[in-house]
Order: sequence, then structure tokens, then C-alpha cells
Amino acid sequence: MMSSLLLISLAILSIAVVGCMYRLLKGPSISDRIAALDMIGVLLLSMIAIICMLLKTYAYFDIILVIGILTFIGTTAFARYIERGVVIESGDDESDR
Amino acid sequence: MRDILKEVLLLKAEMMSQTGEILIGLVVLIGALISALSAFGLVRLPDVYLRSHAATKSATLGVLFILAGVFLYFAFYLEHVSAKLLLGIVFVFITAPVAGHLNGRAAYRSGVPLWERSVQDDWSVSIKKEREKQ
Repeated sequence: MMSSLLLISLAILSIAVVGCMYRLLKGPSISDRIAALDMIGVLLLSMIAIICMLLKTYAYFDIILVIGILTFIGTTAFARYIERGVVIESGDDESDR
Repeated sequence: MRDILKEVLLLKAEMMSQTGEILIGLVVLIGALISALSAFGLVRLPDVYLRSHAATKSATLGVLFILAGVFLYFAFYLEHVSAKLLLGIVFVFITAPVAGHLNGRAAYRSGVPLWERSVQDDWSVSIKKEREKQ
């Protein structure tokens, strides 16, 4: 019973990822694509959590943490790149800003 | 008599454990449905800011539901209270809104237009002043 509920949830999440892929490919501005990528990362994280539950193992909890951190860092880097044109500011170069 | 009582108790425990499993499955299913709703908003809403509102808030809620269901399942059924999973819940809860805010600010400052039927744009005034000062 529970495993069928979990499989239905996995199917629904896959449909959600397909919707995000549509916005990622079509999105008129770069920020649309970044929002879609961020959401794909978060959905991937929850899919891995459900797979952990289906397989009754806690070996993949590290992957949940790593994907969460990488999604946040990626979104931050992209947002800084759009806003300022650089990802890491050197501090002594005024023309970068 | 005693055997019958024991059997009834065992049966009751099994029923309760099955009910708990179904409840946890329902929590996970609710999380998945909220995430699907948020993906629907990401596809259908008209401009970047509304789309990022849909993608940030409701996706965070859906993921929190799913991770809470997984945490409860591992705590009650496999006797493993996972600090890693708790850390993941807290991390997603903190960073997803921050990332959405950064993305929206970057979109505004790089000049992505608002929806033509938006009624208020407070930041345009102060940004214009800032640009005149430079």
C-alpha cells in the first residue's frame, strides 16, 4: 500500500520535472531558466528521498545534502553573474562593477 | 484465553503499523502534489517574478512535506533518527527562499520587464535616483 503511494508520488514528481524542463528550454529570459534549474534540483532531492524510503536504506542521505548545497551555490553564482557580470569579485578592480 | 488475548494484541499492533505507513505515504503524496502544482505555476504564470514566486514558495513546502515523511518513516519503522536528514530539511528551508530572492533581484536589475498588467513598481523610483547620482 505504502510503496504504491510512493510510486505514484515518484510519477507525479517526474511530471513536475517535465514541466520545469519546458520552462528551462523555452524561458524568455535567463532568470526563468535559473528558477527552473533551481526547482529541478529541489525536485531531484525529494525524488532521491522517496527512493531511499522505497529501498529502505539510508545510504543516499549524503546525496540529498550534497544536491541541496550544490543547487543553492549554483543559483547564487548564476544570479551574481547576471547582476554584475562576474561571479567572484577581486576587490581591487573598479571596472568590474 | 491468554493466547487469544495475545493474538488480538498482535493483530492490533499490526493494524496500527499499517495505518501509520499509509499516513506517512499520504504525507509524501501531498508533498508531491504541491510540487506538481508549483511546476504548473512555473509553466503557466506570465512573467519572471510571478513564476519565481510559484517555483520558490510552493516547491519548498512540497519538499519539506516529503522530507518530513521520510524522516518520520525512518524514525518510527527502521529505528534510525537521521541527523543528516534533519540537516537537509533545515538547509532547504533556509536556502530555497534566499535563492529565489537573489534570482528575482538579479532579474530586476538586469532589466527583465514586468507583466504589462502589473499595477505597482516601487523599486523603479529608487533605482532611477541611484543611476542619476552616479
